[in-house]
Amino acid sequence: MADPASLINWSLLALEPPGWGGVLLKGLMNSIVIAIGGYTFGLVLGIGGAVGKLYGGPITRDLMECYTTIVRAVPELVLILLLYYAGTDLLNHLLGLFGFSEVDISGLAAGIFVIGIVQGAYSTEVLRGAIKAVPAGQIEAARAYGMSPTKVMTRITLPAMLPYAIPGLSNLWLIATKDTALLAVVGFSELTLVTRQAAGATKAYLLFFCAAGALYLALTLVSDFVIKIIERRARRGFVEQS
Amino acid sequence: MTGVPLPDTTPPDVTTHAMAILPEDLPTADSFFRPHRIVLILIAAVLVFCIAWFMRWDWIPQYLPKLGHGIIVTLAMLFSTAILGFVLAVPLGLVQVTGPWPLKALAKTFCTIIRGTPLLLQLWLLYYGLGSLFPQFPAIRQSFLWPYLRESWPYGVAALTISFAAYEGEVMRGAFAGVPAGELEAARAYGMSRWTMFRRIWLPRAIHRALPTLNGETVLQLKATPLVATITVIDVYAVISKVRQDTYITYEPLLLLALIYMCLTGILVMAFRYLENRIPTRGA
Amino acid sequence: MKKTLKTIALSLALGIAAAGAASADPIKVGFAAEPYPPFTSPDASGNWEGWEVEFQKAICAEAKLECVITPVAWDGIIPALTSKKIDIIIGSMSITEERLKTIDFSDKYYNTPTGVIGPKDVSFEATPEGLKGKTIGVQVSTVHQDYANKYFGENGATVKEYQTQDEANNDLAAGRLDAVQADAIALGAFLATDQGKACCDLKGNVKDDPAILGAGVGIGLRKGEDELKGKLNAAIKAIRENGTYDTFSKKYFDFNIYGE
Repeated sequence: MADPASLINWSLLALEPPGWGGVLLKGLMNSIVIAIGGYTFGLVLGIGGAVGKLYGGPITRDLMECYTTIVRAVPELVLILLLYYAGTDLLNHLLGLFGFSEVDISGLAAGIFVIGIVQGAYSTEVLRGAIKAVPAGQIEAARAYGMSPTKVMTRITLPAMLPYAIPGLSNLWLIATKDTALLAVVGFSELTLVTRQAAGATKAYLLFFCAAGALYLALTLVSDFVIKIIERRARRGFVEQS
Repeated sequence: MTGVPLPDTTPPDVTTHAMAILPEDLPTADSFFRPHRIVLILIAAVLVFCIAWFMRWDWIPQYLPKLGHGIIVTLAMLFSTAILGFVLAVPLGLVQVTGPWPLKALAKTFCTIIRGTPLLLQLWLLYYGLGSLFPQFPAIRQSFLWPYLRESWPYGVAALTISFAAYEGEVMRGAFAGVPAGELEAARAYGMSRWTMFRRIWLPRAIHRALPTLNGETVLQLKATPLVATITVIDVYAVISKVRQDTYITYEPLLLLALIYMCLTGILVMAFRYLENRIPTRGA
Repeated sequence: MKKTLKTIALSLALGIAAAGAASADPIKVGFAAEPYPPFTSPDASGNWEGWEVEFQKAICAEAKLECVITPVAWDGIIPALTSKKIDIIIGSMSITEERLKTIDFSDKYYNTPTGVIGPKDVSFEATPEGLKGKTIGVQVSTVHQDYANKYFGENGATVKEYQTQDEANNDLAAGRLDAVQADAIALGAFLATDQGKACCDLKGNVKDDPAILGAGVGIGLRKGEDELKGKLNAAIKAIRENGTYDTFSKKYFDFNIYGE
């Protein structure tokens, strides 16, 4: 066997072909786009879910409970497979029922959809906890001013719960970035799958998996840095605890 | 936090709770008998009946033994890695609280790297990356370990253990740091040695504080186990994949798989509720 | 806050709709998203290359179809076809009775024997007796999986199933397998790599069983799309006759890949 240093062929990571660096970066971009899309979609679902769970009628509440319970009890990988194959199919059937023509769901939209549904359940729980942490007096005061329920929600409850929600939501963002890796299993060319393709094509498994690990880690560390800044801003005006 | 008595256990981490079902989420028996719930349950029953009646389930008997075996593999993966991971997590958490700085930095770096990368990637790195390196060393090939290194499950166990240890290490760090200093001082005042103090006071109190999050992390670990199917371990997920590939039926096996995982999670959570009720809340 | 939420919701809805509208017309050609040289493999600039990619381009040009390459996971390729995520499969899929129950196929466009490879330092035959007690790797959902299970698995060999051919080859090189059964050409491509040269050699071709191994590789398509099927069959025939097929085949093979 040759000496260990010569085993690592760094030129494989070059950005221009024949290096695979460019392909990896494109995969990373795909992962980030899906993470952002899925996270945002999840947040929208989460706000709806949390409001439904807290203020909805008994049936809405129970349906929301079913949604979050199922997502929290079933592995993400299984949910992703189910949503990827059945979810998009079901969506088309529903559209067909209401007289719309079938939409052709691209891989990207399907990826955002499945990550969003999973994230939606998680953020429902995070936001529900945060809304409950808003002092009841503030909401009562807003009602006393004659604000409509929607106005109370958008002007008082949602802004006031943000500081309580941010730690949980930041964690969910980090989870969203890592969950995109699971889309490799359905053949979506995000970072983990292109890494495996590059590794398979060049047989340099260790090198490529480490490189992808470094990219994911960099994404996490950058996110952490931004989150710290946001947290500091959001907690202005709060008495330092501990 | 002055004047407020400290709760005996810290509530579970918000994110863990958002991602995993915990004992407090379990419904009580009488909560099912509200009028609107009875209606909802009836609708659900009709839905389940339709699924059972109109979809194809004729493949189940043929695969039943394999499914049972797969569930056992999944549970073996879960418990072995949760126990091994916890054993690793205790020192990881402890050195981050009291260790000398090189150890502290090392433990912190380890936790950051593992928590900052997807488990699927770690798994593939171990199995395809490291695993393809081993046979190049004749010494490894001839060692007694080789028959195990040829199998895929040791890599699955290793990756899941490392991941659990990193997440749990963070939890234990918080739990060790959160044990009131007064209790440790009292232990010292009784003349306990450092080891006795750790064994009798610090560790049990930290575990007790971390229990709710530990439960949640174990549920999350169950949700992580199907990843090992991607490195040819035949767990229940892999059995269902085989059904899908053999029969070209897509939805039914996946629905059954979701149901199996929901049952496993439910049983796990009920076991935790039983345990939590058995553990006396000291000092309350 | 309300406005931002509305904007996000709207842009998401539009995004999904736009993604739908943009790819409504072209034919989506599915194949496994993994290196399967010399048929389909990704290159360093993110494009797909190989014999089957050239074949697909020639077919689409001949049949005047607008095609887009859509790599999917191999183990879900048939559900992807039936749920319309892809429209045709040009991915080295053999025409078998079992698959014909679910999907339809065009005429065959290539046919190769099935081979077995193993480590250089062990010698055995590609027969049930030769593989007794050995662990043999195959790709899931392939004719090789069915063949290995019937002929080797039931005669004392352990059959281990992999999501991709590449993983099976890699595990053979890593010493985790005693043999790999697959398409002889794909195995030949692996044996020509540095990794393959170092570890393994061909042990021979297996005895044919057309009922399992099928009658060659065809283009997979949904049942009932006879117009498309007719177009594809005509295109296969045309490129065979006008020499296009032979021209690009010569770049990859020094033998007749179409078979007899």
